[in-house]
Amino acid sequence: MNLETSEANGIGTARLEGSLDGKTAPEVREQLRPFLAANSKLILDLTKVDYLSSAGLRLLLLLYREISGRKGKLVLVGVSEDIRTVMSHTGFLNFFTLANSEAEAKQAVA
Amino acid sequence: MSPATEERIDFYPTHEADGVRFRRGRPLPFGATMVPNGVNFSVFSSSADSCTLVLFRKHEPRPYAEIEFPREFRIGDVYSIIVFDLDYETLEYGYRFSGPWDPATGQRFDKTKILCDPYAKVLGGRDVWRAQPDWNDIYQHRARLSFDDFDWEGDTAIEIPTKDLIIYEAHVRGFTAHASSKVSAPGTFAGLREKIPYLKSLGVNCLELLPIYEFDEWENNRKHPESGELLLNYWGYSTVGFFAPKAGYAATGNLGMQVDELKNLIKELHRAGIEIMLDVVFNHTAEGDQRGPYISYRGIDNRTYYILTPEGYYYNFSGCGNTLNCNHPVVRNMVLDCLRYWASEYHIDGFRFDLASILGRDQNGAPLSNPPLLESLAYDPVLSKCKLIAEAWDAGGMYQVGSFPAYGRWAEWNGKYRDSVRRFIKGDHGLVGEIAERIQGSPDLYWYRGPTASLNFITCHDGFTLRDMVSYNDKHNEANGEWNNDGSNDNNSWNCGWEGETNDPGVNALRRRQMKNAATLLFLSRGVPMLQMGDEVGRTQGGNNNSYCHDNALSWMDWNSLEKEKDLLRFFSKLLAFRQAHPVLRGNRFFEHRDYVGSGNPDIGFHGTRVGQPDWGGVSTCLAYRLCGKHAIPQDDDIYVAINMYWDGLPFQVPAPPAGKSWRVAINTSMRSPEDIFDSEGGPRVDSAEVIVGGRSIMVLVA
Repeated sequence: MNLETSEANGIGTARLEGSLDGKTAPEVREQLRPFLAANSKLILDLTKVDYLSSAGLRLLLLLYREISGRKGKLVLVGVSEDIRTVMSHTGFLNFFTLANSEAEAKQAVA
Repeated sequence: MSPATEERIDFYPTHEADGVRFRRGRPLPFGATMVPNGVNFSVFSSSADSCTLVLFRKHEPRPYAEIEFPREFRIGDVYSIIVFDLDYETLEYGYRFSGPWDPATGQRFDKTKILCDPYAKVLGGRDVWRAQPDWNDIYQHRARLSFDDFDWEGDTAIEIPTKDLIIYEAHVRGFTAHASSKVSAPGTFAGLREKIPYLKSLGVNCLELLPIYEFDEWENNRKHPESGELLLNYWGYSTVGFFAPKAGYAATGNLGMQVDELKNLIKELHRAGIEIMLDVVFNHTAEGDQRGPYISYRGIDNRTYYILTPEGYYYNFSGCGNTLNCNHPVVRNMVLDCLRYWASEYHIDGFRFDLASILGRDQNGAPLSNPPLLESLAYDPVLSKCKLIAEAWDAGGMYQVGSFPAYGRWAEWNGKYRDSVRRFIKGDHGLVGEIAERIQGSPDLYWYRGPTASLNFITCHDGFTLRDMVSYNDKHNEANGEWNNDGSNDNNSWNCGWEGETNDPGVNALRRRQMKNAATLLFLSRGVPMLQMGDEVGRTQGGNNNSYCHDNALSWMDWNSLEKEKDLLRFFSKLLAFRQAHPVLRGNRFFEHRDYVGSGNPDIGFHGTRVGQPDWGGVSTCLAYRLCGKHAIPQDDDIYVAINMYWDGLPFQVPAPPAGKSWRVAINTSMRSPEDIFDSEGGPRVDSAEVIVGGRSIMVLVA
């Protein structure tokens, strides 16, 4: 699992690559902690995430709750059709704003 | 996690074995519980010599570690341990117990078996419905961990007053497995979720699901000797784990996300104002008799979990090989823990208990006068708003309809309602008096409990569908591969002149009318009505009255019927709306047969073809009655019902409408759609002193 972060105009963008599961989710959580503290508007780019397990989805919801608690906003980009279906079946989808591209996400998160 | 928690001494392991770090656990709660930094495992056995925790990585054939509980980890009869460094998502765990092998005294310990936790909240092994299992796997039903952290937002149980419930009994898979359902994930919780708008438009407000606790659809699987059709345990009345949802019912079961998917379904049902009730099977387990498999209970504590004969064999009050020892204090607590878990963690609104009379037997199988389990459930603080409904009989000969120990809480599947209404509809004599009781909520059975004790139904999963009830005199269960010997012979059905499907327009018209008659009686009766999946669109099983083994079109809902049977569906949805629009149909109390509000009419008054002259005689097949809306809370219209189960039309004298009002036709089952039923305020005016009620028809007037 790779994590790449950047910041511009008060919007943080985190790009994930690989599988987000029970092993990698706690690592990503730790790595994101300082970044999250500094940014209340966050774009999470999942274009290169090939697998999102139950623990991975839980991490997303955790981030959502944390950011919402600070009146911030979280937008997901690049959620594959398969992942979207799983999120829909399990109810996770209801919580998130999804965008098709980072450009679209920047508008949604502003 | 707060720093204070991190500094607790029990945050760190004290032992290590087989590469796994652990420490002494806590005996309660039973099961696997996530605790700071680890997982607490706790399991009970009254007579084992030792216990070993067995750890697997998901889908791996061999365990990666086995930890025998050190002596000091046992308190009383409970073994507990906290294990560290576990991957919550990929862990599968089980137990081995060593102890005496002595069947004559009921002890069947076998250390070679890996057993699943009776409190397992997720079970793997049958992750995808009908996927061929690996029969060589040494651990078939694998306990896993549950996060139990679902984000319910504002959701909670709905608590619809029981008197207002309209229950729809459905099978998770059967509801949407048919290709015509056009859902994204057929036959699953997710598929069912997409059909919530249908349930809403039909007008039901409670969905009762056939068993959704983990079971093994492959149990007793076989090929039909002639057709070659694979026969499975489709209904699922055979529990493997009481705390785990059926993984194969989840589109995400292969990802181990059945818990979330089911909870999401429940959340969406609640959002639509629909309660969820589970059909729960606590009378036996999937382990069968002495020839059955070791899954859990048998190898953990056979004498505690099962009612055994003096020789150590299994009593079979369930008809399924064994009988759960429900009134053993430990098992009783397990049942209580289980229901509390489903009520609190899954927001379940009610439970229907399969063969509930077994829950009233003692440890030797004898009926108890004051069964502690039933009493505990009735007074439980967590379950206090849950509906508790008993199937008030068992396969050991107990029949308690009207006498099930209720504690002011329990309702019953009213089997007598089903039987008498079926017989009355087909024209049997001598039933008018009994039908009058059934319409009122069966005060003859439940006089001290009120009409909401009566769960009224005419059909359910077990038996004919409504359409088959009017199309077959006899069961046709050949497809079950048991030479038509299975299933009930006592169907009280009538084929209307031809056995099975026919093109005869007269027979078909009569069948349609009979279905509407049955539905009209059901939804006009006091008590709680239950509709079986598909009856509203004339679902047929080709005369099969025991479809437990058919995972195919025989059992499934065919969604093409919505169009083909749109007139019947219209009738049902208007009928359900009529019930909900008229509080006079749904009281909490029994009628008193007198005028206690000064309206000039009693709350209910019986008539015959002449006003004030009901014919209770032995050959009578007619009954009329009037409900006075001024006695309803809130006040309602008056409703007059004329039932003619004689084969020919008869004139009925109509009582005077309330002052200043006129009767309007609400329902007339002798008419074709759309004149068979009108909107709740009624259709054409009736100004004459008499109406002709067609043969085998019901007319309902409202004013």
